[in-house]
Amino acid sequence: MPIPTAFHSRAAALCQTQEWRDWSGYLSAISYQPSHEFEYYAVRNAAGLIDVSPLYKYEISGPDASRLVDRIITRDVSQCAVGQVLYTPWCDENGKVIDDGTVTRLEAQRFRITAADPSLRWFQDSGFGLDTEVRDVSRELAALAIQGPSSRAVLQACLKEIDLDRLPYYHAAEAKLGEIPLTVTRTGYTGDLGYELWIAAEHAEMVWDRLMEAGAGYGLQPVGLAALDMLRVEAGLLLIDVDYSSVRSAHIESQTSSPYELGLGWAVDLEGADFVGKRALLGEKERGAPRSFVGLRVPWADLERLFGAMDLPPQVAGRASRSALPLYVGRRHVGQATSMLFSPILKEYIALATVDSRYARRGQTLEIEITVEYKRQRANATVSKLPFYNPPWKKAVVGG
Amino acid sequence: MANNYDAIIVGGGHNGLVNAAYLARAGWKVLVLEQRHVLGGAAVTEEVFPGFKFSVFSYVVSLLRPEIIRDLKLVKHGLTILPLESTITPLPDGDYIYRGADPHETFRNLSRFSTRDAEAYREYGHAMYHMAKAVKYILGIRPPDPTSLHPRELLQLLKLGRHFLSIGEEHLYTLVKLMTMSSADFLEEWFETDPLVATLSASGIIGTFLGPRSPGSAYVLLHHYMGEIDGVFRAWGFARGGTGAISESIANSARAFGAEIRTEARVAKLLTNNGRATGIVLENGDEYRADVVVSSLDPKLTFLKLADPDELPRELVEDILGFDTYGSSGKVNLALDSLPELAALPGGGAHMRGAISISPSVDYIERAYDQAKYGQFSEKPYIDIIFPSMIDPSMAPPGQHVMSCFVQYAPYQLATGDWDGQREAFGDAVVNTLAEYFPSIKERILHRQVLSPWDIERSIGLSGGNIFQGELSLSQLFFLRPAPGWTQYRTPIEGYYQCGSAVHPGGGITGAPGRLAALQILKDGKR
Ligand SMILES: Cc1cc2nc3c(=O)[nH]c(=O)nc-3n(C[C@H](O)[C@H](O)[C@H](O)COP(=O)(O)OP(=O)(O)OC[C@H]3O[C@@H](n4cnc5c(N)ncnc54)[C@H](O)[C@@H]3O)c2cc1C
Repeated sequence: MPIPTAFHSRAAALCQTQEWRDWSGYLSAISYQPSHEFEYYAVRNAAGLIDVSPLYKYEISGPDASRLVDRIITRDVSQCAVGQVLYTPWCDENGKVIDDGTVTRLEAQRFRITAADPSLRWFQDSGFGLDTEVRDVSRELAALAIQGPSSRAVLQACLKEIDLDRLPYYHAAEAKLGEIPLTVTRTGYTGDLGYELWIAAEHAEMVWDRLMEAGAGYGLQPVGLAALDMLRVEAGLLLIDVDYSSVRSAHIESQTSSPYELGLGWAVDLEGADFVGKRALLGEKERGAPRSFVGLRVPWADLERLFGAMDLPPQVAGRASRSALPLYVGRRHVGQATSMLFSPILKEYIALATVDSRYARRGQTLEIEITVEYKRQRANATVSKLPFYNPPWKKAVVGG
Repeated sequence: MANNYDAIIVGGGHNGLVNAAYLARAGWKVLVLEQRHVLGGAAVTEEVFPGFKFSVFSYVVSLLRPEIIRDLKLVKHGLTILPLESTITPLPDGDYIYRGADPHETFRNLSRFSTRDAEAYREYGHAMYHMAKAVKYILGIRPPDPTSLHPRELLQLLKLGRHFLSIGEEHLYTLVKLMTMSSADFLEEWFETDPLVATLSASGIIGTFLGPRSPGSAYVLLHHYMGEIDGVFRAWGFARGGTGAISESIANSARAFGAEIRTEARVAKLLTNNGRATGIVLENGDEYRADVVVSSLDPKLTFLKLADPDELPRELVEDILGFDTYGSSGKVNLALDSLPELAALPGGGAHMRGAISISPSVDYIERAYDQAKYGQFSEKPYIDIIFPSMIDPSMAPPGQHVMSCFVQYAPYQLATGDWDGQREAFGDAVVNTLAEYFPSIKERILHRQVLSPWDIERSIGLSGGNIFQGELSLSQLFFLRPAPGWTQYRTPIEGYYQCGSAVHPGGGITGAPGRLAALQILKDGKR
């Protein structure tokens, strides 16, 4: 039975639909209001508050902390200053992705790592021979994302002592909300301007209340997972167990993926320190990854044609769908779309997909399976650049 | 010569801009001339009072054609449409009727008045969907000329006839009713709850000089269901940044295709030579040459003012003189220091992000209409309200609000006095009516903008202040719009075209007249 997060009393009071999903054993609101679209637009147009406490969180400290983190992640920790945040995958010895998350360098030898799955044992075991301490802080740290173009204004109204205009994308700062100490990182899972707050669980409710109060005039609204899932697809962000499987849960080779196959080649640093899986990835880089992670756009005219033949307007889910669909080139099965959505803001049917690298060039036309009145049909799908949605204010330093 | 273009578009309203974008997209050298300092015509956002952005005239998007959004890449050029999904009708006794995004909630709400109505409401939506589908077809086509014997026209007519027969007898029957009945009569066949009939029928009178009991008003109801046809693509909502943002995105697209757009450029006259358009002259005397001139203005301006009536056939001039552009709507925009409470349902819940309709009974609206028939503005008018800042908080400073009130009736011609003398009295009547439902409204008003039909006419040139550039009555629709025989965007002057909402398929922020006219112009080709 899922249990409440540190924000539950507040979330439950606002969750009109009583629709909850089990996220890592915690109760997570799917949508607060009958129409999740308002929550989606709150993030795209104003600001939204998302309880992301169910993430697993670890702190790594000790004289060898940076060496341990370097050993775990595919990126180069020497490139990460104190106060900086890295998004990164981590792999097993064969270069297959175990999980992905963010690493915040709190001090020279103190890091905080978020993960989708429990990772204490892996992190501890990776530290063999090093002088470090790995602590699971998942329960003691509550996490709250505030996302959207107005998120800075709302948060700034609560954090008087720091200047958020000067906090760049993927950076962290220690701050105080009244008397409550917290870490603020300019990160998120929406592809918009946004921040995540890391707070001792006992202060969680107070932080929520302050933000909601400050956000009232800015249209701040609590946002559930239905909207979050749409936002992250538009942002081209991967979701474990949906867009890929951890090598830990894969049963067969083809269910595993390397970072290159997930479009995360940019996050693999083969020049820096050694890390688990590096040797395998050197080889794969040489050979080229057999599969690629791509964005797809399905032309609306195609959907109109397929549905029009049945005298219907195109019926596409109003929420992001996680039921994978096969992709074809002619009679050849070349991959699968794993997350798809009619993007309300782009007014386009879009998908995240894994395809045979031979068909992953931008502009390549594939076919995607679409079911029209129980009949399987195919529509065209064009390989396109990720992210689908990338507003200038996402990374802008001042203003926005 | 620098002043030479392939086409000149007169008027930078959204239709003129759509037309320009399509022509530029086809590689034409295009110039748009707009008299005002802002683009958009009836679709503009202006910061009339510092910090508060008003969608001065039109306030919701209902029918912007999906093909236009796609062809012109409007999303890329800045268009975002935010959802607007509920309507609440507060009642004088303190109760209310609420219809929202959650069908069960709507059902429960309607059941408080009549369970039969709550059930009928779903079926009604279903029936209207089929009607709208039948009619939608004509939104996307050039109207055939029923008086022509040209095989192409006959073929078009035949296709149209077949299309209507294909919708099935039962639906055809409903369609005929819709075309002929009054909205109240039509709706009373479905519902017994009077305020529900009143609110639904109100959408049949918007922008028309008809009452809910006037025959022909039922047809306009359909326009409200048209958006449903596009499924999730529906463009029914509120544009981020106000309606002006729609025009801006179209203008950005047109510029990206290479169109040139000038503001503060008022066109005085069409230039012709031997019955062919050759260009225009601005009021300041500047001349611009083009073989194609497209007017997005209403027919009175297009034929009687820009063109020289002497160059036109007499029947056309008479038809245009008779073309009904009598305005009957006003607009009151308010800047508020905080959100006023709706007495019937206090608080800032979801209902404040939707439409609020002051339409407590059919008689209430009909009485409002009665006054207008005799040349008075309605003392207790029908008001369609939204709070744009509840939907898009950037429309007002944090915590403060803008309120958009579309008001009927405000007849163009007052029996006593004129609008310059009566404008504020009209504003007072609106605010007093609002105060019955929002008791604290008066204390919250920081600024008020009152627009009578005269103001609409003066600022954007809509003759008579008619919001659709001509009454959407049956006698002025489809192949009769604006005049029989001259529906196909052409005019008797070669190279002179029309693309405003006076031509098929009519008013509203649809872009359809602008697009269809462009397709016709491109088909006729450069000369
Ligand atoms: C008060 C009001 C409320 C409305 N509400 C809605 C609504 O909520 N939803 C909806 O869909 N529709 C609404 N409408 C209708 C809709 O806005 C119009 O049908 C539509 O915007 C008309 O577009 P257009 O481009 O055809 O014409 P216009 O917008 O009228 O554009 C004509 C343009 O030509 C310019 N012009 C005039 N004369 C000259 C000249 N001599 N030289 C150069 N330029 C000139 C004008 O300044 C104007 O910019 C409303 C209209 C009004 C007036």
